[in-house]
Amino acid sequence: MAEIALAGVKKRYGETQVVHGIDVEIADGEFVVIVGPSGCGKSTLLRMVAGLEEISEGSISIAGRVVNDLEPKERDIAMVFQNYALYPHMSVFDNMAYGLKIAGTPKAEIEERVGRAARMLELEALLTRKPRQLSGGQRQRVAMGRAIVRDPAAFLFDEPLSNLDAKLRVQMRLEIKQLQKDLGTTSLYVTHDQVEAMTLADRLIVMNAGVAEQIASPMQVYEHPESVFVAGFIGSPAMNFLPGRVAQDGGSLEIRGGTARRAEALAISGQAGRELLIGVRPEHLQPVPETEADLFLDLRLVETLGADTLAHGSLPDTKSTDGATKDIFTVRLPGSVQVSAGERLALRVAPGALHLFDPDSGHRIADL
Amino acid sequence: MVERRPITTFITHAVLLLGVLILAFPIWVTFVASTHAPSALASGVVPLWPGDLFLENYSLALGKGLAASGGVPVGRMLFNSLIMALAIAIGKIAISLIAAYAIVYFRFPFRMLCFWTIFVTLMLPVEVRILPTFEVVAQLGMLNSYVGLSVPLIASATATFLFRQFFLTVPDELAEAARIDGAGPLRFFRDILLPLSRTNIAALFVILFIYGWNQYLWPLLITTDESFYTIVMGIQRMVTVADAEPQWHLVMATAMLAMLPPVVVVVAMQRLFVKGLVETEK
Repeated sequence: MAEIALAGVKKRYGETQVVHGIDVEIADGEFVVIVGPSGCGKSTLLRMVAGLEEISEGSISIAGRVVNDLEPKERDIAMVFQNYALYPHMSVFDNMAYGLKIAGTPKAEIEERVGRAARMLELEALLTRKPRQLSGGQRQRVAMGRAIVRDPAAFLFDEPLSNLDAKLRVQMRLEIKQLQKDLGTTSLYVTHDQVEAMTLADRLIVMNAGVAEQIASPMQVYEHPESVFVAGFIGSPAMNFLPGRVAQDGGSLEIRGGTARRAEALAISGQAGRELLIGVRPEHLQPVPETEADLFLDLRLVETLGADTLAHGSLPDTKSTDGATKDIFTVRLPGSVQVSAGERLALRVAPGALHLFDPDSGHRIADL
Repeated sequence: MVERRPITTFITHAVLLLGVLILAFPIWVTFVASTHAPSALASGVVPLWPGDLFLENYSLALGKGLAASGGVPVGRMLFNSLIMALAIAIGKIAISLIAAYAIVYFRFPFRMLCFWTIFVTLMLPVEVRILPTFEVVAQLGMLNSYVGLSVPLIASATATFLFRQFFLTVPDELAEAARIDGAGPLRFFRDILLPLSRTNIAALFVILFIYGWNQYLWPLLITTDESFYTIVMGIQRMVTVADAEPQWHLVMATAMLAMLPPVVVVVAMQRLFVKGLVETEK
């Protein structure tokens, strides 16, 4: 068990740079999830930690030892791959034992360690089977077992759940979380699935285009997103964005078109007229009587999910003014609320649920 | 076919039976001829039912051979052919496995050039380079030896290419997982890649064994010593005797014997062979 430290880690493929300097320190036993859209460099980063990709610049250390020039096997890590990468011709037992066998571990100890991992993962009955005789979830467990038996300083997961069906994914997610808690092994986990990221992580690294946009705990990321990208990426359905500005009196906020007005003490008071990008999450809007409304929504489509109802529509005045404001605006309502397309919905924003961003830089200005 | 009518069933079977007859008839004639006395064949009318000299003819061919064509016993020629075919098949597989491994898994200067060079030689049949090869083999003093019979035929672009294609289908993650498990290149090759290639190796072995067994021109060129004659070229020598009637009954017996080993290899490895051609075990 050990801490992992990344300092200014960059990756270049010839002229193109795909990772632009990542700095993060992962504490012993911490579960850190790297999340981001495909092609953001998250897998590349993980593979650099694993030693499967060369580090172009910066340094990575595991347990206080700089591992830049070490082979994967010398880094004391174990990796779980997206497609499991089980050796197809070996039994489950041999798959798990292979690393130990190469390391020259005595036979009795191999059997004992594999046995222990198999018990932990409920694989005991399957030890003699070949990978192709296993279901997806079982293969995933074997891949986990292969990582566990080696008792490494750190686990690296590369989208380990994306080949499973939805139900199994939820189940394995819980198992991974439980296992990591029990073992207390430092873990670095890559995924593009924000639900996985939110549920598993002690800390999130939200990556976009090779840059770590925000490194914080899941709730921190959810409640105080540092940038428009993070705000839009974390949370489902995604956050709604509206252009707006600080009103001339400096104490209220104007959504362009003048649909909604809200007098509140602003952290940015005195910046009258400043243009803003206002973000509000679908779940932070409540239907209210017209007189109390912050904004109105003309519903176009309603999705009933049972517990929740997702209502999609557009703000009345933004329908045809300019391109940027024609976006769909989504509200998450409790399932008990009955609405239908064509209705006009009066909504109020929950206190403190407005996120203000600078429209040019995309950085967070304040929450409101 | 979705349609199932008696008439179509009849026609398809008739066509199949006709095909079998056309293919099998010469072999039947060969077998029948090998069981008769020489006089029965010299008369011009080929008998269609086996005679009673099966044991005599075959033991004569196996043990003594034809006096008129050097008297090399068929047993000896069979043995030579077996050695040559095995050496070629095993040698080809071993070399092409290693070559394909290098091309697919290692990054070295001129890697693609190496691959294309190998690939281009696919276009050159043995016969095109047979004279220069003969010259080299002669200079090296390898005429009339098993080494001379097999080594010049061992390099195989086809097998290298096939193994390369197979290796490319093996997921990269497998190699990476092995690296993380601490397996070096040789270990990975032995523990992971070889077992995965098992069915491919079996399929290639069948093909290459038959290729080696059927070599005709090359052994004809480089063997002058009768004790290194192979059976396929031996048959030809039996027919072109100088001052005598060809001993057809013995020629036919020899031909039957020459056909047997490839058949045995195909039948024995059929299951693996088909598996190797149709499925890749991953």
